[in-house]
Amino acid sequence: MAADHLVEIRDLDFAYEDRLILNGISLQIPRGKVVAIMGGSGCGKTTLLRLIGGQLRPSRGEVLVDGQAVQRLRNDELYALRRRMGMLFQFGALFTDISVFENVAYQMREHTDLPEELIRDMVLMKLNAVGLRGAHHLMPAELSGGMARRVALARAIALDPMLIMYDEPFAGLDPISLGVIGHLIRSLNDALGATTIMVTHDIQESLLIVDFIYFMSEGKIVALGTPDEIRASKHPFVHQFVFAEADGPVPFHYPAAPLVRELLGKSAYAQP
Amino acid sequence: MLTRLGHHVNGALQRLGFAARFFVMVLLWSSQSFRRLHLTIREVYYAGFQSLLIIMVSGLFIGMVLGMQGYETLQRYGSADALGVLVALSLVRELGPVVAALLFASRAGSSITAEIGLMKATEQLTAMDMMAVNPIARVVAPRFWGGVISMPLLAALFSATGVFGGYLIGVVFIGVDEGAFWSQMQASVDFRYDVWSGIVKSFVFGIAVSLIAVFEGYDAQPTAEGVSSSIKGTVVKSALAILSLDFVLTSFMFREA
Repeated sequence: MAADHLVEIRDLDFAYEDRLILNGISLQIPRGKVVAIMGGSGCGKTTLLRLIGGQLRPSRGEVLVDGQAVQRLRNDELYALRRRMGMLFQFGALFTDISVFENVAYQMREHTDLPEELIRDMVLMKLNAVGLRGAHHLMPAELSGGMARRVALARAIALDPMLIMYDEPFAGLDPISLGVIGHLIRSLNDALGATTIMVTHDIQESLLIVDFIYFMSEGKIVALGTPDEIRASKHPFVHQFVFAEADGPVPFHYPAAPLVRELLGKSAYAQP
Repeated sequence: MLTRLGHHVNGALQRLGFAARFFVMVLLWSSQSFRRLHLTIREVYYAGFQSLLIIMVSGLFIGMVLGMQGYETLQRYGSADALGVLVALSLVRELGPVVAALLFASRAGSSITAEIGLMKATEQLTAMDMMAVNPIARVVAPRFWGGVISMPLLAALFSATGVFGGYLIGVVFIGVDEGAFWSQMQASVDFRYDVWSGIVKSFVFGIAVSLIAVFEGYDAQPTAEGVSSSIKGTVVKSALAILSLDFVLTSFMFREA
């Protein structure tokens, strides 16, 4: 039944200029679940998030969020939908000219007429949820990478969204911050009754917290399953990914002319 | 060779078209800049007030140089009394709007470009858009209007301090008659013809410089080189726009003179 899925993608193509980035993607994100979309760098994961958020329009196919076809929405309808989405960007994307407190308060001030005392309480509660109530007066430049990610998370859930999207939430974090963020992603999703889509290449951390995983490679979904199914999978791509092997279906080498030919002077770098 | 030229021309035209569409977007999304006036006032403070020092010091020096050079030439023809007119007209008609706009482009325009470009490079604009806040309405338009409002005020202050600089050199140091200096100026500088033209000029320059600054920032490649090349673009294109617009405006404004 369609209503069980908060996000549904049907037969989606996306091309950037002449390059096909996503090719016939279909997937469903059930309500209340934490779903990871995994794959190597540059396989189109982030593009997929942007299509769900309506920042890009597909070349073909449909993106349905809460029953609405995102690619057909007018600007104001899209903004109304985005108010119910929260997104965490890879490096936080905090507003650097305002404090941690104001960053979290930003959407409340932009979209509501709530009195100042209420905004204050709500911001402190959101910051408390990510353990950074004591840092509310700091500027983003004073935060470590892990703290900035947590503030961005507090900002993403500021208006209690129905859908939270994470773009590489684990990139560049130390093991402790990584565990903290992973735990927060799971617990906030369950506490808010939200649905989470997480784009990542951090397999080990994801296996611990997610309900379902889609694997992408070269713009296609190549494998899917629950964490247990993924661990047991014999699929060569998944196997390479889970066990971090250098070569496999995902080649070590970027496509190039044979090395011998290149070294003998018939270089691809020669002027055309 | 010909293909590459065509490619360049095509690219430039596309960018021009995008800039024109961008300008329309900024105008369409400007209502918030005035409904939430504090957004624009903040930009007037950053772009305008913080440029005051460089504008006024430069105005003073240019006025003093005008005083010295003007006196040097005028006294050969025995008309040193007209020094006030020369200083005031040069400043109000030309140097005030033009030099103030050039200084404004390099002081405030470049920093607006850098700020918007870096916000883009660090995904702040995308984040804003995903929070259902339109970055053109919230970030670009207030900066544009802040610049448009600041520019005529800065040009006026530039001219005023310049006139004072001319007075300092001409009257206080060289000893031109004070009464003649001011009264000739009062008699020969027409408000509608001279002062108003200067205000119109600086308003037009304000639109040009602010638009170039916000566009270069918004259109910057989201990398370190991209932002730096956009800042360079703002300063160079603003200077060219100011000087060429000045030529066009002057030829329309002062025809019968």
